[in-house]
Amino acid sequence: MKKFLLSLILVGLIFSSLFIFYGCKEEEKEVELLGAGATFPQPLYDKWFSVYYTKTNNKVKVNYQGIGSGGGIQQLTERVVDFGATDAFMSDEELKSAPAEIVHIPTALGAVVVTYNLPNNPKLKFTGEMIANIFMGNITKWNDQKIKELNPDINLPDLSITVVHRSDGSGTTYAFSDYLTKVSSSWKKEIGTGKSLNWKVGLGGKGNAGVAGIVQQTQGAIGYVELIYAEQNNMPYGLVKNKSGNFIEPTLDSVTKAANVTIPNDTRVSIVNTDNPEGYPISTFTWIIVYKEQNYGGRDLNRAKAIVELLKWINSDAQDYNEELLYAKIPDAVKKINEENINSITFSGKPIE
Amino acid sequence: MRKDKVFKIILLLSGFLIVALLSGIFLSLVFSSIPSIKEFGINFLFSKDWDPVNNKFGALPFLIGTLLTSVISLLISIPFSLSISIFLSEILKNKLISNIFQTFVELIAGIPSVIVGLWGLFILAPFMRTLQLKLGIQPIGVGIFTASIILSIMIIPYSASIGKEVISMVPTEVKEGAISLGATEFETLKSVTLPFSFNGIFAGFLLSFGRAFGETMAVTMVIGNSNKIPDSIFSPGQTMASLIANEFTEATTKLYTSSLIEIGLILFIVSMLINILGRLIIRRFKF
Repeated sequence: MKKFLLSLILVGLIFSSLFIFYGCKEEEKEVELLGAGATFPQPLYDKWFSVYYTKTNNKVKVNYQGIGSGGGIQQLTERVVDFGATDAFMSDEELKSAPAEIVHIPTALGAVVVTYNLPNNPKLKFTGEMIANIFMGNITKWNDQKIKELNPDINLPDLSITVVHRSDGSGTTYAFSDYLTKVSSSWKKEIGTGKSLNWKVGLGGKGNAGVAGIVQQTQGAIGYVELIYAEQNNMPYGLVKNKSGNFIEPTLDSVTKAANVTIPNDTRVSIVNTDNPEGYPISTFTWIIVYKEQNYGGRDLNRAKAIVELLKWINSDAQDYNEELLYAKIPDAVKKINEENINSITFSGKPIE
Repeated sequence: MRKDKVFKIILLLSGFLIVALLSGIFLSLVFSSIPSIKEFGINFLFSKDWDPVNNKFGALPFLIGTLLTSVISLLISIPFSLSISIFLSEILKNKLISNIFQTFVELIAGIPSVIVGLWGLFILAPFMRTLQLKLGIQPIGVGIFTASIILSIMIIPYSASIGKEVISMVPTEVKEGAISLGATEFETLKSVTLPFSFNGIFAGFLLSFGRAFGETMAVTMVIGNSNKIPDSIFSPGQTMASLIANEFTEATTKLYTSSLIEIGLILFIVSMLINILGRLIIRRFKF
């Protein structure tokens, strides 16, 4: 009996000490940051934030919700999240409707590739003008003279082209149409740039998976998906002629090179149709957006520090995780701009240490 | 006594809550679509432009897409659901087997629509592609017709169950009367049972039509999602429900969101009318 009582007390002691210990830990300020936005970088962000959680000894936890770029901008504007994420930079109008100044931090690069379903899936070459004509329904056959001229060694079949586009609003469509608007005047006039477009022809698939599904099932189909998505699903994709006249294969390297151009200090720039002779022309930044002044809505200095630390890490060591997940790294020149922008973040008007 | 009163009040409140909820949904749809109604007015229903880049919106392609898919699916479903309801109520005398059949029919109604959609995308669409190749049409597989077939599978259980119920409600004396006059089983069915239960069967079709009208997920997966007026039943199209499912998450401008909500409002009103009409007819049938 005595032994039993003794062991009971012992167990009780162990448990209570555990609780005290846990309680102590609780007091060593843990911060939980909330972010929401683009779905495109979500796999990368999930990886980053889980690494960061361990790296900070479980002190900074970041919850990220992939709700779409539009949602990310909206939630930051309404100040319900600590940071937003978006594939398309905020327009002047959107910035004006936000309650305070917002900083854009590019975190990674993506690319849109033109994928297709043809016998033996050859590597095709495209020009921007040609892509525009195909997706507007002006070129309707695979053995069209224009496609043949660019790809003389490939035996192109007498097959109708089935155009497949995104049916949901998406940053992928934005980047794709942004590029075509820059290189084709008829595209600019008839369709323009946007997350959803007034398509003249074709089928819509929901998400990258929807487009990929229809392309893979339909002989003669052509569509556009994220480079990562095409890579992961072993889909063929074509080379695209850039501004300097070189046909560039989309790779992590050629995408990073596309961003290696002069970037304005607010980083709000589209890098499609890049000037870099080795850059892939349909590449885009993806951004994290935060408020420049962090003292709002009852936030404390601790939280502001946590977010600045996180951004600094994303702009440096975190970049090493990009390529294993098939996201292109941001070039060093952009890192330098980011550094300045992160350092400009303040709390009650004072810079954050 | 007091407990009784409390109980009644709780019931009354719950009842009112339903009414408030429905009117609340309706009102919020109306309020949110005001910008679009102001901008486009009645032309919204007749314009075929859906151009988010230039902020021009019209509902015509989606109205046509919705009507086409739900009418075609209804036409496909009628022979099947009518046969099923006659078979279950008149031909199959064994109660147990009839119940088993009925359970299976109702189980179809319980399949989540995303699963029906997946089946449509991976099994039915490739099949349609072979069919289209034989017909000499561009083999895209998905489209208005594929969506209609999927919808018809989804609505058959509704009209079949209601049909079975109303056919079983035809009084035995009436049927016996016909048989005693020398009518065969088929003649009894044709000239007595079916005319007697016509209103109920019709209401069943109307309710299943309402279901086809608003179905979203399965349709989105197989309709091809093209915001153009379809030029054949094999063309890709878009219904009001699938458009909202596709575009709502990234609709950024105010007018864009508001136009999508106005489409929702139209969908809400039309399904409501179909439902009310169906229910009125059933009520009249039940004496």
